[in-house]
Amino acid sequence: MNLVDTAPASEAELDRRIVLATQGGLPLVPRPYAAVAERVASDEATVRARLLAMLADGRIRRMGAVPNHYAIGYTANGMSVWDVDDSVVDAVGERVGGLAFVTHCYRRPRHLPDWPYNLFAMVHAASREAALERVAEIAALIEREFQGACRRRDVLFSTGILKKTGLRIGG
Amino acid sequence: MSETDAALTDQKPASRRGVAARREPDAVDRRLINALQGDFPVLEAPFAAVGASLGLTESEVIQRLQALLDDHVLTRFGPMFQIERMGGAFCLAAMAVPEADWQRVVDAVNACPEVAHNYRREHALNMWFVLATEAPEGIAACARRIEALTALTVHLFPKEREYFVEMKLEA
Repeated sequence: MNLVDTAPASEAELDRRIVLATQGGLPLVPRPYAAVAERVASDEATVRARLLAMLADGRIRRMGAVPNHYAIGYTANGMSVWDVDDSVVDAVGERVGGLAFVTHCYRRPRHLPDWPYNLFAMVHAASREAALERVAEIAALIEREFQGACRRRDVLFSTGILKKTGLRIGG
Repeated sequence: MSETDAALTDQKPASRRGVAARREPDAVDRRLINALQGDFPVLEAPFAAVGASLGLTESEVIQRLQALLDDHVLTRFGPMFQIERMGGAFCLAAMAVPEADWQRVVDAVNACPEVAHNYRREHALNMWFVLATEAPEGIAACARRIEALTALTVHLFPKEREYFVEMKLEA
């Protein structure tokens, strides 16, 4: 399916079409990039070059499969949240983000008075107990290396994936 | 969404589509998932290349991937875009949803194309979702729209800093 019947697209327009054509997933056919090229009115070599360019500059984080955490045995998905002194939160974040079992780690704004937490670290494990042990490991690490910096913490376990489509632009 | 964009995205309404995995991956599936969480090759025949490294034929790789997606063991397969590098924004958001209102709010939130993921979590803030928009101002606009649709407050937790993490989970 061709998107347009006009002259060749600019690089930016072509990239946008490639995003739209692949954000739902790559076609599962022997030559997926040729299939994408057909949909964006380009050719396979150009599409592959544009994808590699987007990988190189970070517009694409990576290409591949996103597993359902539950299906591959990571049934406990705990969002650990920490109220860490602002003066050391970045040092703590770098240290916590470096732990093998932490899959995301961010600093985010507090919403006082109900939400005092400014550091978020996602922990995936095979059981709730295992996830809590890992959260305790994080707490011990912070206390050992940044004594007194963490005032409070909580863990929010997920009990259901309600949606997981990834981004969809064009809306 | 324009007609051309709609034709390109293949999006199904996520609120109507279960996201729980229908089965466990077998040993070959696990090897495939682990191999595909790395860099999927940007070659003319990438499935054949992946198969060669795993002792599978091109068509076996394609059929297994299709089955893993159909059974929700994988939630997606393709490029993972970093929308911030394309001028857009991601933002974590949370709401405290009354139980009696739960399904209505799930449907309203999931129907927004800007909602990339949505999880139920055990906390007074029991719904946590990620907004992805093509322009940074889209985040606040989408949050206001969800507030208007649901009559609930949307708390925004924009990322102030991202700490380095390794994103892969062993299947």
